[in-house]
Amino acid sequence: MSDTYLNLVNSGFTKKVAKQLGLPQPSPLRRYEPGQPLLQGAVLVLGRGSESDALAGFLSSDWDLDVHRHATPGTRYSAVVLALTELTHPDQLSEPVLAVGAVLKELPKGARVVTVSRAPRADDAPAVAAARQGVDGLLRSLAKELRGGSTGNGVMLAAGVPVTAPSVVGALRFFLSTKSAFVDGQLLAVDSTAGTLPDDWAAPLAGRVAVVTGAARGIGASIADTLARDGATVVAVDVPAAGEQLVAVANRVRGTALQLDVTADDAGARILEHALQRHGRIDIVVHNAGITRDKLLANMTPDKWDSVLAVNIASQLRINEALLTSGDFTDAPRIVSLASTSGIAGNRGQTNYAASKGGVIGMVRATAPLLEAFGGTANAVAPGFIETEMTARIPAVTRQVARRLNSLQQGGQPVDVAETVAFLASPAAGGVVGRVLRVCGQNMVGQ
Amino acid sequence: MARPTTPTPEVRRAYVLGGNRIPFARAGGPYVRASNQDMLTAAIDGLVARYGLQGERIGEVAAGAVLKHSKDFNLTREAVLGSALSAETPAYDVQQACATGLETVVSLSNKIRLGQLESAIAGGVDSTSDAPIAVSNRLRRALLDLSRAKTVGQKLAAVAKIRPKDLAPVAPNTGEPRTHLSMGEHQALTTAQWEITQAAQDEVALASHQRLAAAYDSGFFDDLVTPFRGLTRDANLRADSSLEKLAKLKPAFGLGLDTPATMTAGNSTPLSDGASTVLLGSAEWAAAHDLVPLASLVDAEAGAVDFVHGDDGLLMAPAFAVPRLLARNGLTLDDLDYIEIHEAFAATVLTTLAAWESEEFGRTRLGLDGAFGTVDRAKLNVHGSSLAAGHPFAATGGRIVATISKELHRRKAASGSDAPVRALVSVCAAGGLGLTAILEAA
Repeated sequence: MSDTYLNLVNSGFTKKVAKQLGLPQPSPLRRYEPGQPLLQGAVLVLGRGSESDALAGFLSSDWDLDVHRHATPGTRYSAVVLALTELTHPDQLSEPVLAVGAVLKELPKGARVVTVSRAPRADDAPAVAAARQGVDGLLRSLAKELRGGSTGNGVMLAAGVPVTAPSVVGALRFFLSTKSAFVDGQLLAVDSTAGTLPDDWAAPLAGRVAVVTGAARGIGASIADTLARDGATVVAVDVPAAGEQLVAVANRVRGTALQLDVTADDAGARILEHALQRHGRIDIVVHNAGITRDKLLANMTPDKWDSVLAVNIASQLRINEALLTSGDFTDAPRIVSLASTSGIAGNRGQTNYAASKGGVIGMVRATAPLLEAFGGTANAVAPGFIETEMTARIPAVTRQVARRLNSLQQGGQPVDVAETVAFLASPAAGGVVGRVLRVCGQNMVGQ
Repeated sequence: MARPTTPTPEVRRAYVLGGNRIPFARAGGPYVRASNQDMLTAAIDGLVARYGLQGERIGEVAAGAVLKHSKDFNLTREAVLGSALSAETPAYDVQQACATGLETVVSLSNKIRLGQLESAIAGGVDSTSDAPIAVSNRLRRALLDLSRAKTVGQKLAAVAKIRPKDLAPVAPNTGEPRTHLSMGEHQALTTAQWEITQAAQDEVALASHQRLAAAYDSGFFDDLVTPFRGLTRDANLRADSSLEKLAKLKPAFGLGLDTPATMTAGNSTPLSDGASTVLLGSAEWAAAHDLVPLASLVDAEAGAVDFVHGDDGLLMAPAFAVPRLLARNGLTLDDLDYIEIHEAFAATVLTTLAAWESEEFGRTRLGLDGAFGTVDRAKLNVHGSSLAAGHPFAATGGRIVATISKELHRRKAASGSDAPVRALVSVCAAGGLGLTAILEAA
């Protein structure tokens, strides 16, 4: 699914014209490839206090990054980390934030700005809460000012979670890397110290068995590819009618194909049986299978409403029930479910779809605590406009507009969703509990 | 030093571990541009995906096609090379008319039983849409003479032998070389001989459609069939068929006989395209690959009848082979839980059953004290057969073996008992051939 407009405004004569006319100028995003270094240049870590020192020390010692604590004139920083966990008053924002501002114009294309802060709580002192909540507004606005495919995201720590906790470090690495190319303007909460860092960051899912539903094409196929690249053994699931494409995916990732209608009563049992019999374990389940049957509510038919709810949420609840009661989903298990920005912000003509995707968000929030005892999590990924066969069918003008309605001024690729799923499925994300991470280029709608 | 003696091999069990086929299409349908190699490769790749065999060096792959282009002399090996299997997987072609698919299962199982192989894939494929078309014998001889000609004079002489009528292509047909009768006309003779009515044939056809449709609806084929070129179920399947609809169809065969013509398009198999595969292995290989044995091949018996000079119908060989097979294994029809008789025509099944129920046939032809026995219809073709699924000649054996092996395993697991659960598989074939086998649930 190529974006002709993006290609035009990035080359030759048409680039000049677009600039003079003040047209949106989306920048091609750099994506992850195995062997790619985490950052291509120095990282500036701003913020005062022992926690920001600890974070800077970790980046320098554990990841061997070129860490600067103050901006060196003439240096083009590939990333800026704002360590703000020790804020107690909004007055303290001034120094680090203005220091970021001073280097913004010099950032190279595809740079990263990441805030690390504490989640505001009702029992915080008012000034503390104000400072912490202020980071939210700051980050979202800052992300909207970044250009050239640069992104701004934040990691938000719960009380008592140290800055070097696995999921803080894991989320920070994800946001710094090209794996988060289409994630922008998002604050991801880290709720606990659970999780483990991988021995090998190139294969964080080594030894894990992952089930991906809806794996025959589009985002699901990309998820299967990405989890396999990260070392997982993949069980690729899709409806029997999609079997031919499913074979291609399963053979490509050297996994197994399981033809199955996820709405079947015994879907969970069959997934468990296949994974355990054939691969000896089951660690990750990615609920990606989903359908749309768009219709204005005034014209909605029972068939269109019921089928969307059955596939997109009821099947997931039933499969999760089977997983949770099996006694075999207990080794730091991960459920990652596909939500949608429609489920957050709503979308005209998608009451059924949005109800199902909103349902997914509620489901992971309530399911995650049930898995915590096993070091497990359930989280959701909410894609915005992604270039797939499905969005290619949107009328051309509507599609062009939809693409530009985010800070990166382009649609995301299936792999952008897949990278985010892979992160949430990884051992390092054990402290992210029942959350939703948007992959939308900071879409203008919703949170 | 004395030379070592070679050990006498011990026979062990060979197991069916699974199967995969593409949906069967009607000739000229969705697979009209698919070659035998395309279809066999797709069937193998689906098997590889289901069982995680990417890059695996399988002991041997055997498959074949009845209608085969001469360029496909190494059809199976070429399909393997195009598949996700290791390119170091050996392969060979088999051709035994409609028994091809079952014969690959039998011969590969025997190699596993003898320890020559640990794993194998049996299969078959046929395309009546992409059938080879040959040139006439006269044109072929002239062209060959031309290729050998050295002088201009010799070349002209060769070309001069060609007559306009020699240019007409020779299309393949299912006619018997010795009788020039089509298979349908042969069966019509047998149908009349055994006085099988159209109503009885239509009942067999209806049951086939209803049972195959029910199996699809229940998800039974979810791990047996992989869609191909947009086709997700067998194209010939008519879930809404009825006796009334079948009764209205005009007879297609036996129109020139003195007896009423009873065989219609509804109770005969259509020309079909498709491919099937069966994964076979030793118990050790299955365990090492985390695969569950479904069934094992107990024994097999081939037969043939003299349909050219004798009284026996072209497709009656299994009527003789099955009694020999069961006798050798100390079994009767009552010891079998499932009977799979390939439905070349509904009448093929019914004439076989009639022969087994006949006192006279039992005494005079089978050398028994009386009738061979009666088949409980509830055990017959339980998930439908070729009348509903279609019949791409060489692919039928693999379809039946994979389907019934899954059913055997399911029944045994559900029974919770060690009592053996067995199936008989019977496939008739052109040339008066038949191949039959016993499978036992693992």
